[in-house]
Amino acid sequence: MSRSVWKGPFVDFGLLRSVVKSQSGKPSKDPLKVYSRRSLILPEFVGLEVEIHNGRGFQSVLIKEEMIGHYFGEFAPTRKMFVPKEKKKNKGKK
Amino acid sequence: MNGLTTTVGSNRSAYLKGDRSVSAPRLVAANTPAAMGAGRARGRTPLKVVAARVAGVEIPNAKKVEVSLTYIFGIGPTTAKKIMTKTGVENKRTKDLSEDDLSKLRKEVEDGGYLIEGDLRRFTAMNIKRLIEIQCYRGKRHQMSLPVRGQKTKTNARTRKGKKKTVAGKKK
Repeated sequence: MSRSVWKGPFVDFGLLRSVVKSQSGKPSKDPLKVYSRRSLILPEFVGLEVEIHNGRGFQSVLIKEEMIGHYFGEFAPTRKMFVPKEKKKNKGKK
Repeated sequence: MNGLTTTVGSNRSAYLKGDRSVSAPRLVAANTPAAMGAGRARGRTPLKVVAARVAGVEIPNAKKVEVSLTYIFGIGPTTAKKIMTKTGVENKRTKDLSEDDLSKLRKEVEDGGYLIEGDLRRFTAMNIKRLIEIQCYRGKRHQMSLPVRGQKTKTNARTRKGKKKTVAGKKK
C-alpha cells in the first residue's frame, strides 16, 4: 500500500534541517550521517554523499537522480548477506 | 456489463440454431495450432480453420473473443472487457468474427494505448534494471533472485529460488 498523495512526502525534520544547513553553509568534509531510514529521498538531496545507518554501522551512498522517491533505508541493508561456507574448509574441520 | 452479457446470450442461441452466416472463411496462418490440426486431417475433407492474428503474433483460437484477447500478453480479463465495450464487437467465438470486427479489434488493441507484448516486457525489464542499478533493497533481491516483497525464504520461495538443491550433511 503506498502512501496517500495528499499527505505529501515524508521527511524527518531533523534530516531536512541538516541537509539545508549543509547546503547553505560551508560544505563540511564529513558526509552527512543519516539515521532516519524512513525519510524519502527528495530531489534536493541529489548529489549528496550520505552515510546511512543500518542499525550497526554506516553505509556510504552517493545519492543519484534515480533514487528520488525511494527511502534512505532501502540503500543500507540491515542484514548480512548469506554466503555459503566454502567446501574445503568444511572438510578440513571434519 | 449487463448489456454485454445479454448480447452474448442472444448471439450464442443464434449460433446454436444454426445461424452461421457470420462466419467468414479466412486463410490459415501457417504456424498456428489450428493449421497444424488441418494438416493432420489433410487426407479427409479440407478444413476451414480460422486463426485470427491480433497484435502481431497473437493467435487466439476457438474461444470467445473476450477470452481469446487475454492470450495477448498485457491484456487480462478487465482490459479485454473494456476493449469489447469500446469497439462494440459482439462476444462470439473468435473464428466467427467478420474481417471488419477483427480489424476493429486490431486497431483498438494496437493503437488504443495499451502496453502489450514486447513493449510491456521491455518496460518491466527496464524497471528491474533500474532497481538493480541504484542498488536498493528490491534491486538486490532481484539480483540474488530471491523474493522481493518480504516473503519468507526459510521454506518455500521456490518460484524465485528455482528447483531444490540438496545440501549434503545439512541435518544434524
